[in-house]
Amino acid sequence: MRRVYLDHIAATPVHPEVVEAMLPYLRENFGNPQSLHSVGQQALEAIEEAREKVARLIKAKEEEVYFTSSGSESNNFALKGIALAHRTKGNHIVVSAIEHFSVLHSLKFLENLGFDATLVPVDKWGLVDPSDVNKAINSKTILVSIMLANGEVGTIEPISEISKICRSKGIIFHTDAVDAVGNIPVDVEELGVDALSLSGNQFYGPQGSGALYLRKGTRILPLIDGGIQEKGRRAGTENVAGIVGLGQAAEIALRELRGREEKAKFLRDLLIRELPRRVEHVQLTGHPELRLPHHASFCVEFIEGEAMLLNLDMQGVSASSGSACTSKALKASHVLLAMGFDHATAQGSVVFSLLEETSKEDINYLLDIFPPIVERLRKMSPLYTQYLEERKK
Amino acid sequence: MIYSEKVMEHFQNPRNVGVLKDADGVGQVGNPVCGDMMTFYIKVKDNRIEDIKFQTFGCGAAIAVSSMVSEMAKGKTIEEALKITNKSVAEELGGLPKNKLHCSNLGADALHKAIENYLQRKKDEEKKKKGEATNNEKCYCPYCEGPLEGAESFCKSCQIELEDCKECGRPMSKNASECPHCGATKVRV
Repeated sequence: MRRVYLDHIAATPVHPEVVEAMLPYLRENFGNPQSLHSVGQQALEAIEEAREKVARLIKAKEEEVYFTSSGSESNNFALKGIALAHRTKGNHIVVSAIEHFSVLHSLKFLENLGFDATLVPVDKWGLVDPSDVNKAINSKTILVSIMLANGEVGTIEPISEISKICRSKGIIFHTDAVDAVGNIPVDVEELGVDALSLSGNQFYGPQGSGALYLRKGTRILPLIDGGIQEKGRRAGTENVAGIVGLGQAAEIALRELRGREEKAKFLRDLLIRELPRRVEHVQLTGHPELRLPHHASFCVEFIEGEAMLLNLDMQGVSASSGSACTSKALKASHVLLAMGFDHATAQGSVVFSLLEETSKEDINYLLDIFPPIVERLRKMSPLYTQYLEERKK
Repeated sequence: MIYSEKVMEHFQNPRNVGVLKDADGVGQVGNPVCGDMMTFYIKVKDNRIEDIKFQTFGCGAAIAVSSMVSEMAKGKTIEEALKITNKSVAEELGGLPKNKLHCSNLGADALHKAIENYLQRKKDEEKKKKGEATNNEKCYCPYCEGPLEGAESFCKSCQIELEDCKECGRPMSKNASECPHCGATKVRV
């Protein structure tokens, strides 16, 4: 059976060059970077080299990059660390309604500590209106966090416009760029952000590797207290192999980004154009143009996402969904609901995210197997039967 | 795989999918907000579920559960089918992931709702039959056989004042002490 992996947003394969770069640090170069001896110092050098590579990818300075265990940790670190470091200045935080749970749940934690939050809405494309951010800011606002790109619907937010507003008011601005870094050009100066989260496994690096960019001079409190690792801002013996892998992935991304982007865009547009032609009642979710190059997401009406995913998987295609049944919380995607989709339609969410090795044949294979799957599930669906009866009338 | 082989087997080849146009009972539970929606249709003959069909909007577990419920209920008497529980369905499927147990709840609930609907319809029908009989007789005055419209308190044909018998509900003379239909004696206050 053909295997077609279209779940980039969940995990990418680790690039062979990344694996090669990591191996020595899982074998002979096992030293602790904080050790004085040469075995340890070798590891420290490797970390600093990786830091340089990650900084280069996002046009930052090396000393502004802090390694973490994941995108989620970076988001927790940014939200909690920055808020707590500025609590004497104010207690209000602004985020969008479609942020990742690592942002929204960090916010809940902070609300329990007495912080206030405002969630700015999005339009039907999932776009944040910068003027809404402006309206949400008050005299107590200390932090704004709006994601660069949404992993569920692919929409890319107008970050540089929002950052201008924040900068003019002296408010710290963080962006969750986990789904963007390594897939689209990201330049912290152009974006004008003070903090930015990224994750290695979104661009062919290893799982368990992430980083937080923090503009020089931005105060933050550590989540993990202990030793002097990461300048005392993130204690714990470093995941040396993971960091080296992240660095290598950053170097490759810098080199291959343009080619990756163009190829993905072509296949993405093919999918976005063809799928609604082959299946009735399919809606694209997210912005048609302002979206991640490797991302095509849809809502298929009258059927539920998990049933679609299982059927796709049985035919070799790996995809994901924001349906309630695929989330442990059993709630429909907060992103789609915020964009104005009703519950039933949101349940039919399916997300195809492409890898660099995805081919036209892969997309054509998906386009061939998808319509019969939908047809089969619709035959089972009481909502579809209802629709057909109403149409008759 | 998050599901047992049995669940996957039912998910891939669900039994009894469809709609029964002349169903004796229909039961619908759930809604898209909670993620799943199921409709069961049953055809009953001699107190047995002769045919059963379902439609489900929901995840793999929901579809497998509906299929299993339909299979378990087919051919059973109403009483037996009412004994099918959420637990027994999940067991028959070789277990369900914890966060999917609510799907099996919906399955048995939808079946029970279809049965309830069938029993209610049966009851209504019996009532209707009885009601119709009353209506038929109500159309004629029990004393002069003159036509009555139904609820009037006066027979135009024989000029008798009428009221409904407290026992059988059919019309009788206001002055009579005994109902001409059921023979019940009226207690005079």
